[in-house]
Amino acid sequence: MKTFDLSSASVREFNQALHDQAKQLEEREWRVSNSGGKHNLAVGVNQPLDIVIDGHAGYYCAGMNQQANITVHGNVGVGVAENMMSGSVRVKGSASQAAGATAHGGLLVIEGDAGARCGISMKGVDIVVGGNIGHMSCFMGRAGRLVVCGDAGDALGDSLYETVIYVKGSVKSLGADCIEKEMRAEHIEELRVLLDKAGFDVDPASFKRYGSARQLYNFKVDNASAY
Amino acid sequence: MSEKQTPVLRESATFDRLAIQEIQRAAETGIYDIRGGGTKRKVPHFDDLLLLGASMSRYPLEGYREKCGTDVILGNRFAKKPIHLKIPVTIAGMSFGALSANAKEALGRGATIAGTSTTTGDGGMTPEERGQSQHLVYQYLPSRYGMNPDDLRKADAIEIVLGQGAKPGGGGMLLGMKITERVAGMRTLPIGVDQRSACRHPDWTGPDDLAIKIAEIREITDWEKPIYVKIGASRPYYDVKLAVKAGADVIVLDGMQGGTAATQEVFIEHVGIPILCAIPQAVQALQEMDMHRKVQLIVSGGIRTGADVAKAMAMGADAVAIGTAALIALGDNHPSLDDELKKIGSAAGFYDDWQNGKDPAGITTQDPELAKRLDPIEGGRRLANYLRVLVLEAQTMARACGKSHLLNLDPEDLVALTMESAAMARVPLAGTNWVPGQGF
Repeated sequence: MKTFDLSSASVREFNQALHDQAKQLEEREWRVSNSGGKHNLAVGVNQPLDIVIDGHAGYYCAGMNQQANITVHGNVGVGVAENMMSGSVRVKGSASQAAGATAHGGLLVIEGDAGARCGISMKGVDIVVGGNIGHMSCFMGRAGRLVVCGDAGDALGDSLYETVIYVKGSVKSLGADCIEKEMRAEHIEELRVLLDKAGFDVDPASFKRYGSARQLYNFKVDNASAY
Repeated sequence: MSEKQTPVLRESATFDRLAIQEIQRAAETGIYDIRGGGTKRKVPHFDDLLLLGASMSRYPLEGYREKCGTDVILGNRFAKKPIHLKIPVTIAGMSFGALSANAKEALGRGATIAGTSTTTGDGGMTPEERGQSQHLVYQYLPSRYGMNPDDLRKADAIEIVLGQGAKPGGGGMLLGMKITERVAGMRTLPIGVDQRSACRHPDWTGPDDLAIKIAEIREITDWEKPIYVKIGASRPYYDVKLAVKAGADVIVLDGMQGGTAATQEVFIEHVGIPILCAIPQAVQALQEMDMHRKVQLIVSGGIRTGADVAKAMAMGADAVAIGTAALIALGDNHPSLDDELKKIGSAAGFYDDWQNGKDPAGITTQDPELAKRLDPIEGGRRLANYLRVLVLEAQTMARACGKSHLLNLDPEDLVALTMESAAMARVPLAGTNWVPGQGF
């Protein structure tokens, strides 16, 4: 295992060492200490590495991740796993806003709460949040699944495209064109698999499903007030 | 005297025929008008400036004999691999989706022949474009359509887009007729939807966040790529200062004459400021930060001729970008298309319905039959020709001003024809030493 102490090494040195693994894989397991809430930790990784960050991380931790499995033993700042393509990111604490923003693939698990705009413009990633999520989450979500074991804030799924949202608790309000949909057997099964993968022992049948009403997909005069 | 006089019809200056037509159209449809292109209203522009050729007090360079350099280096503030272009005229960001794949390829071909860069757009990077572009700038937009780290690494520079001149503060738009299977796939959208893009980036707000975002992109690309920040001109003095503070290598400043593929007409005509008054504000901001020529300034919005290029550079730009003019060079609005354009309610020289995908030139369309009409090799040749003419014209004027490089042009080479343009461009009214707004 390769260890990195960020009280002495720089973020640049750390990220470069991770990127060098894409050219020639020398070490699969990495552990980082004294992360100190630094920004841009483990961004742009493109190898199936196992990376553990002991401590809090700042903005964009694991941004644009490809293939790597990254675990943060702490909280994370804005945009954790933004634009992730594949692999997985697990946050043992809570996440600030825009968690998993625009992410195309992979799995993002937040064991605590996530702030506003969780899953904003997500494009295929699976996001599972153990706690609550903030307002405007999944705004313009294109694809993928967002699972919330707690409550969701205002304007959930505003201007939603094809992302599917599962919420166990309450939803303060739904955004424009987001509606509750029937929870059929195939959805319960899909959710069961996803919760298992994320490591949450929660009854999938206790969730509600939300998706796009698809009324704003094309401009219509009758919908003018919603634009 | 018994003959009746033909009555003179008086058109209202306020309710002119265009205004009446728009009210009638709005009443019928209930939705705003959407079109392509930039502002059509007359605004102070480079035509309102003149270059001062040399005579006794300064002497000119010999045309065609004495060298007048045209190259420019972009992004050498922080990037390990800055871009070195042969000419200071770049191709602005235009998306695959708004444009056909052939058009994007033609832009890449033309730019490469001429020794300059082209830019992706709000729709990701296509192999056609990457393959034919020696220097390709990859746009990073609020929508993040098609954004992925592999393409980020393939890019020669990355342009973080905060806005564009045609609609500062507005998001992208692409109507359903252009959201074909390929376009939809690249944007992760259902086929045929009227795509509305966000106007703000999803994971940062404000200059402090932008600094962290720029650092993230630099980290992902190992600090190799120049990072541009593109601003739609509205408050360029402040926006440029903040972008430089956030760590930009290059500022791209787009005035209200800059084109769009699809935006509300009212937005295009009433939001933002002309490039003429935006450049001095941006240059002032750079100079106050001691960053002029260290952070390069690319300006766009209504560049048509080598005179425009020379005047923009004399005002302090390091390079210009062209969009609408590049499409015209490819064949947009060509007279040979007049009959076809009339069938769809327009005419050569007027066509601006770039949003509806019916472009008979095969440029602003995703219709495979129409798109086939544009030969990317021939289109690239035409664009390269046009770029060469722009540069030759700019060199001609720079030599006449005694300048051995286009970058040596400066505001003292300029005067203005009108008080408005003098005040906006911050150069003297012709024949005087008076710069309105700068005291006497």
